Amino acid sequence: MERKINMPTINTYLSVWITLLILTGITVLFSKINLGGMNLFVALLIAGGKGFLVALYFMHLGYERMVFRLMAGFVLITLAVIIGLTFFDTALR
Amino acid sequence: MKTEFSITHHADSEGARFGMWLFLFTEILLFGGLFLLYSVYRSEHALNFHSASLELSRFFGTFNTVVLLTSSLTMALSIHFIRYGEQKKSMLFLILTILMGALFLINKYLEWSAKFEHGIYPGSHELVNRSRGEVLFYGLYFTMTGLHAFHVFAGILVLLVMLVLIKKQAITGDDYVKLENSGLYWHLVDIIWIFLFPLFYLIS
Repeated sequence: MERKINMPTINTYLSVWITLLILTGITVLFSKINLGGMNLFVALLIAGGKGFLVALYFMHLGYERMVFRLMAGFVLITLAVIIGLTFFDTALR
Repeated sequence: MKTEFSITHHADSEGARFGMWLFLFTEILLFGGLFLLYSVYRSEHALNFHSASLELSRFFGTFNTVVLLTSSLTMALSIHFIRYGEQKKSMLFLILTILMGALFLINKYLEWSAKFEHGIYPGSHELVNRSRGEVLFYGLYFTMTGLHAFHVFAGILVLLVMLVLIKKQAITGDDYVKLENSGLYWHLVDIIWIFLFPLFYLIS
């Protein structure tokens, strides 16, 4: 019951949704400009930001106990390590 | 005896959410493996990936992104309203979420059919004669968007069950963790699409 007080309001949900739509627009616009290797970096950065917003507000990760966030962080770090190590492998073959 | 039972029967919604998150982590690693394949092959066949990506419809990709993001909003609102015991509004927003999920799948169907008509499907004659990078791009495209679409389909089925449970008042303002967990699943499927969209549609 104590979660009730701290949950996001409708206005918060709407603001997050509008921000997500704006970020989608920015991704599409940016992809039309040729920035070389930076294109992928910018696209992934924006996607990461959008994912973060969804997790934090829609999935209430920002409103859960710390242990939820720690575990999510642990999973993301594990994934990053796996992807990073694989690139060490393929790049140095 | 009866009082003891009612005490032990007390629902642990935090534990239920924790369990759902554990499941979501396995989903992240499942798709993570495919994202890993994508990034390695992309780094080896950058030019082919770019040219193949040009053939995908940006309109469908962007439109479907907007549809899924909006469905995440309505999902969050459905949970918001059930929390305050507003059963009707909760059901309304849940139905909107389901409809947008269905719209996403219809678009996906139209998109894939267009590709099939151009002779592009796994193992097709047209595709086999193309460069290795393009074969890999389309292999990953069909696998990843296909697995994602399957998740959307599963999500719709779960949400339909939740709709019935709200109607039957098995999900109420006092106990709505089932709807919350279904929402978590729906949002994760949304997040996966957030990453699939730029990687397949916007890299040209």
